[in-house]
Amino acid sequence: MTTLDQLQPGDKAQIVRIDGVDGIAARLREMGFVAGELVQYVRRAPLGDPVKCAIHGCRVAVRSGEAQRVFVEPQH
Amino acid sequence: MATAPTNSSSSQSAARIALVGNPNTGKSTLFNALAGMSVRTGNYPGVTIEKKIGRCMLVEQHVDLLDLPGTYSLAPRSPDELVAVEVLTGEVVDEPPVDVIVCVVNATQLRRNLFLVSQLLELGKPVVIALNMIDSSSSRGVTINTERLSEQLGVPVVATSATKRRGIDELRHAIESRLNLDDSAEEMSRRVLPDLFYKMRDDFRQTLSGTESASSPDQTGLPSDYLIERMLLDRGGEAERRFVSGQVSDARRGEVSAALAACRQRLTEQLGDPIDLECNARYAWAAEKLTGVVSDVGALSGKMTDRLDAVLTHRLGGLVFFFLVMFLIFQSIYSLAGWPMDLIDGTTSWVADLVTSVLGPGVLRSLITDGVIAGVGGVLIFLPQIALLFFFLAILEDCGYMSRAAFLVDRVMMAFGLSGKSFLPMMSSFACAVPGVMATRVIENRRDRLATIMVAPLMSCSARLPVYLLLIAAFIPSVTYWGGWLSLPAMVLMAMYLIGVVTAIPVAWILKKTLLRGEVAPFVLELPEYRVPSIRVVLTRVWDASLAFVVRAGTLIFAASILIWFAGFWPGDHTRQYELQQQLATTAADADQIATLQAELRSESAGLLEQSLLGRIGHRIEPIVAPLGWDWKIGVGALASFPAREVIIATLGTIYSLGGDAEEEGLVGALQQSTYPNGDPVYSIPVALSVMVFFALCAQCVSTLLVIRRETNSWFWPVLSFSYMTILAYVGALLTYQVGSRLF
Repeated sequence: MTTLDQLQPGDKAQIVRIDGVDGIAARLREMGFVAGELVQYVRRAPLGDPVKCAIHGCRVAVRSGEAQRVFVEPQH
Repeated sequence: MATAPTNSSSSQSAARIALVGNPNTGKSTLFNALAGMSVRTGNYPGVTIEKKIGRCMLVEQHVDLLDLPGTYSLAPRSPDELVAVEVLTGEVVDEPPVDVIVCVVNATQLRRNLFLVSQLLELGKPVVIALNMIDSSSSRGVTINTERLSEQLGVPVVATSATKRRGIDELRHAIESRLNLDDSAEEMSRRVLPDLFYKMRDDFRQTLSGTESASSPDQTGLPSDYLIERMLLDRGGEAERRFVSGQVSDARRGEVSAALAACRQRLTEQLGDPIDLECNARYAWAAEKLTGVVSDVGALSGKMTDRLDAVLTHRLGGLVFFFLVMFLIFQSIYSLAGWPMDLIDGTTSWVADLVTSVLGPGVLRSLITDGVIAGVGGVLIFLPQIALLFFFLAILEDCGYMSRAAFLVDRVMMAFGLSGKSFLPMMSSFACAVPGVMATRVIENRRDRLATIMVAPLMSCSARLPVYLLLIAAFIPSVTYWGGWLSLPAMVLMAMYLIGVVTAIPVAWILKKTLLRGEVAPFVLELPEYRVPSIRVVLTRVWDASLAFVVRAGTLIFAASILIWFAGFWPGDHTRQYELQQQLATTAADADQIATLQAELRSESAGLLEQSLLGRIGHRIEPIVAPLGWDWKIGVGALASFPAREVIIATLGTIYSLGGDAEEEGLVGALQQSTYPNGDPVYSIPVALSVMVFFALCAQCVSTLLVIRRETNSWFWPVLSFSYMTILAYVGALLTYQVGSRLF
């Protein structure tokens, strides 16, 4: 198990859990970051942050700090 | 809790329809399609969410259509979000209840959008779903079985394409028939979460009404079921905060908090953490409802978007493209606005000539030509450029590039304490700081939001554009490089825009280190699919902005022009001036005689201006502005433009027109030929630059200061804004002139 920010561009993974119960954790969950969901790490922004990922057929940018809270199981 | 729907065709007040949806669902376009031009806006008391209401004809009934801010969820985390929920549940004082909720859903992101739908269904109000952007989903070969979706959800579903105006009539029908459906007996609130949760919620309500009954026996103080649900689910959310702080005594507050904590504890033991419970249940519900509805579940739609993103957010190419876009916008504002500006210029001088030929010399003619036409006309001439700027901004926003720009610059904004989310408000502030400050509402974090509000007015708004354009046209030589692709005036213009941006960086950084210190705020940003911008949406925005500008010119600037004219006209004996004007009008031929008369008229007019109230004030403040390289006329202009920056153009127009300088060549010529009494020219390149820098950095805009007051709900922030920007502007102008005059 690893965290979303550790993946490589193009990697797909299944979400295991989200750390935290604060507002940002709630926002991540509302945007579809829930356990069991597939997420794809698409690319980093030119200056290294944030990270673009694909979830639920949507593209969402999160900062590395937030991506660290998303625990995932990479899929091969 | 079923609410009786209003069969309002018979009642006096129109039924209320609320439009709700995620961001990027085309909700505003749908609102415009339904409501047309009949929109009025306002605010809910005490909060900053905009109240946008349109009159809308359904099939036979007129209704009030309410547009609520786009949201991913009805889990209020701020007073603003709570009001949006309370509007839907009918708990806002003096607001009529909502009769039907129309949820706008993006057909290409059905699953995530159903999250919000699942919350709306719990409210116990009639819901109609507009399955919008159906054309983009079907063009990708994805078919959606709307009938089955409607059956599954138990509410009407209408496929629409707001940009192509498809399905709008069907939607009108669906809303109207839902409005007139008499189902008051039916239990409308639908259950999405586990039954046990609702049981615990009802128990909690009982507990609350128990504690409540001690003071108010009628038990009416409790919020709706949905808000009680939110109190349980949102730890530290706004529903909890409001209810607990609304209790009459500290003892009762403690009692309510303890009851809430105990209930949440039981909830966590039996169903898991509320935050996971809600999201897991809602997404599982959405997945179940969508079985057999969508032909191709799970595939990431929009391959084109990813291909475009590969280029537009590329490590190098993305940044190059970003700067190219910004550069092209400024260049086109310059090159495309030429002929419409000439047209307006021609029209105003034609009107002025007409007035001169009809009216004899006198107070009225002076008021109309020197005051109104020179003042308002001088500002109106910039309408084409303002329309163009809004045109480009609307295109960038509508095609989806604006959020990519936020993605690209987030790292930079983070370095000085802001986030990519501050980019849109700051970019909008290039058009006007008023919508820019209002656009900061997308920033959830209060400190980030305040820092953005403080720096947004530093972005060069369209009101500064006329000042830059006037001075550039008058004093910056029109040299071009690279075969006409790059011109010096366009580069100076871009430099003026950069000054604001460059200044914003340290200002934001200092604010985030001092007044607004705290943790780094979270950042989650949706990158919508690229699409061809809708001409209708773009033109609507251009129209609204142009209209607002013209209205401003017709009211605020009109009033300011008359005041300035009066201050420049009075006191003084204008008899000799009228005589000269009369002689000029009647004297035919003899060029020498005309020239003598004109020269005498000019010196007579200049003398009258010097004696006037305006002239006296100007000379009083001259020592303050002299170090900036300004004469008293510019000083008066800067002073008079406190209500709005464009007023300086109107002021200078009036001053030079009253002073008899603006004859044939217009304001540009008058500035070029303006001299001190000893014959030295007033303006040089450093003086022009000093004026431009002053206006780039100053806070001369009452509307912006008032909107900051409204958005922050305090006088501290607008006062801070005005003080720091005025100091910066003075110092900036001083440095520009002192350094510039030694170089040139």
